[in-house]
Amino acid sequence: MMGNKKRDFILSLILAAVITALLVYVDKEMHYSMLASVIQKASIYALLAVSLNLLNGFTGLFSLGQAGFMMLGAYTYAILTIPLEQHASVYQYFNGGIVNICLPAFVGVIAAGIVAVIFAWLVGKPCLKLKSDYLAIATLGFAEILRALIQWEVLGPVTNASNILKKFPKFDSILTPVIVCAFCIFLVVLLINSSYGRAFKAIREDEIAAEAMGINLAKTKMQAFLTSAFFAGVGGALLAMFQASVQARSFTSAMTYEILLIVVIGGIGSITGSIIGSFLYIASSEWWLRFLDDSQTYLGVNIPFMRGGFRMVVFSVVIMLIVLFYRQGIMGTREFSWQGIIDFFKKPFAKRKRKAVEDNG
Amino acid sequence: MAENVLHIENVTMQFGGVVAVNNLNLDINQGEIVALIGPNGAGKTTAFNCVTGVYEPTNGKIDFLGETIVENFPHGKMKKLYAGENMGLYSNVVSHTPDVITYKGIARTFQNIRLFSKLSVFENVLIAKHMRAKQNFFSAALHLNRAEEKRMREESMALLVEQGLDKYKDDVAGSLPYGLQRRLEIARALATDPKLLLLDEPAAGMNPQETLELAAFISEIRDKYKLSIFLVEHHMDLVMNISDRIYVLDFGKLIAQGVPAEIQSNEKVIDAYLGVSEDE
Ligand SMILES: Nc1ncnc2c1ncn2[C@@H]1O[C@H](COP(=O)(O)OP(=O)(O)O)[C@@H](O)[C@H]1O
Ligand SMILES: [Mg+2]
Repeated sequence: MMGNKKRDFILSLILAAVITALLVYVDKEMHYSMLASVIQKASIYALLAVSLNLLNGFTGLFSLGQAGFMMLGAYTYAILTIPLEQHASVYQYFNGGIVNICLPAFVGVIAAGIVAVIFAWLVGKPCLKLKSDYLAIATLGFAEILRALIQWEVLGPVTNASNILKKFPKFDSILTPVIVCAFCIFLVVLLINSSYGRAFKAIREDEIAAEAMGINLAKTKMQAFLTSAFFAGVGGALLAMFQASVQARSFTSAMTYEILLIVVIGGIGSITGSIIGSFLYIASSEWWLRFLDDSQTYLGVNIPFMRGGFRMVVFSVVIMLIVLFYRQGIMGTREFSWQGIIDFFKKPFAKRKRKAVEDNG
Repeated sequence: MAENVLHIENVTMQFGGVVAVNNLNLDINQGEIVALIGPNGAGKTTAFNCVTGVYEPTNGKIDFLGETIVENFPHGKMKKLYAGENMGLYSNVVSHTPDVITYKGIARTFQNIRLFSKLSVFENVLIAKHMRAKQNFFSAALHLNRAEEKRMREESMALLVEQGLDKYKDDVAGSLPYGLQRRLEIARALATDPKLLLLDEPAAGMNPQETLELAAFISEIRDKYKLSIFLVEHHMDLVMNISDRIYVLDFGKLIAQGVPAEIQSNEKVIDAYLGVSEDE
């Protein structure tokens, strides 16, 4: 047992070193490459997927408010960190706006999480009592209303209405989002493996039994909901930093579905799955499957259906196939472990060996 | 006179026009095993649900260790609809969610087993320890409560050893054989440190041998954990064997109460229940 622990620790150390070396290399040599961009965005989406998974996968609460909380985080971060001398140009239609503070980026990211938590509390108070499907509708509605509200002219001096927010601090290295997201995901993993994480799972398994075991449903659901919102807010802030601009228009329910898709692909109830799912999804949609949106000519024949938006059609088909035939996703509810990897690679060998013996015998 | 643990007073539970429990009066004293029997649909599970806060009774009062934990009277829509007795006797509303009742010291099992069936046997018991832990959300989430977490794990393990479930520790609860699932549900209830344990048909689906073992087991935990036990059961040998007193419910109404010998020879009970129970 002790030997395994030591082995796992050493393997983890090696993996961390290899990843860090790769990231440093990509950051130095290919800072503006597609790969660098995918790494940053996928890390952020991994955090967002983990945050959604905490609710949908671990607590059994079906929420669709993710884009709303992300938007709150992105706006909070942007509004609080735009340098004062840039206010006149950013808020050009609102006389430089009325926000007269500029906080350090780090504080802005935390504030993003906190603002999302405050709104989550307001939404959760009435909505968490609802049955699961109603909760989904209510949170979806909340996100849509919020998006309209932010673009409201009256709030313009703060939110810049439907105009873009920009010129706030961005990432200076691709390592920043990776490290921040990894740290946040680590915190979620700690939570899931704590007594509260077990209470979440108990609620997911059977609310009536959980309550009979002394778990306060309202309070515990709220804890999961607020935690999820906090990391959605942080993820939103990071997304703002990555994109270098924020506009309410982009935080549509399609964004929530994108994250939900990642959770489903990875496995509902698996953190590892959400991370793998995120990298696969972002790499495919931003990079590998880009060609689907361009008109292509093969052997002199123009393929008619390959044009802007076709990529999303392919994704819709993929999600349908997954839901129909592969409900477990990549990981099911399993998590990464070195033993799991070793067993995975041993199995085919063991089979082959046995086969060889049988063939000879 | 032993200390009163549970005092159910004039409790009526009405669903719309259906009176499921009709003016129930029942007492359990410290250390007693009290059985509630009666035909299917008599209202036994409903009575349990009233005690544990799952349902709010329409009328009546329930005390636990001298404290009123449930009280209600017909009001609102029920005012017109109420078909029970003792209207106007109560004027307070005392109501708790089931987790609060469990915290006060009443644990239960369910007629249809309700384990966390995809979680491990160990986790099932460990979850029941959550309620009494002193940690807060942040100390637990950041794993700063190592000593307490360790204690919770040790206590859960000790309980599994005691119940002979330790060798299934890492098995998925839903994969256990039926009898062991019932066992685990009792172990999980014990993990909440109850003073009163409610068992809803714990021997359902068990063979005679298992039922016999269960009877011994219930008496054993009563003594070991200084529990009082409130039991709903159809296996008459088990009920007659271990109960100190028995209450008989028929169509929501109490038709008899007494020690096992009295119940066995009660005409009304034989007519309403014992006579037919053999074919079930
Ligand atoms: N939630 C409910 N809504 C409506 N009727 C109910 C409800 N729960 C129980 N009943 C009714 O109450 C009566 C007693 O049921 P129950 O307490 O389950 O009986 P028992 O446990 O004695 O077999 C039945 O007629 C049942 O249909
Ligand atoms: Mg019943």
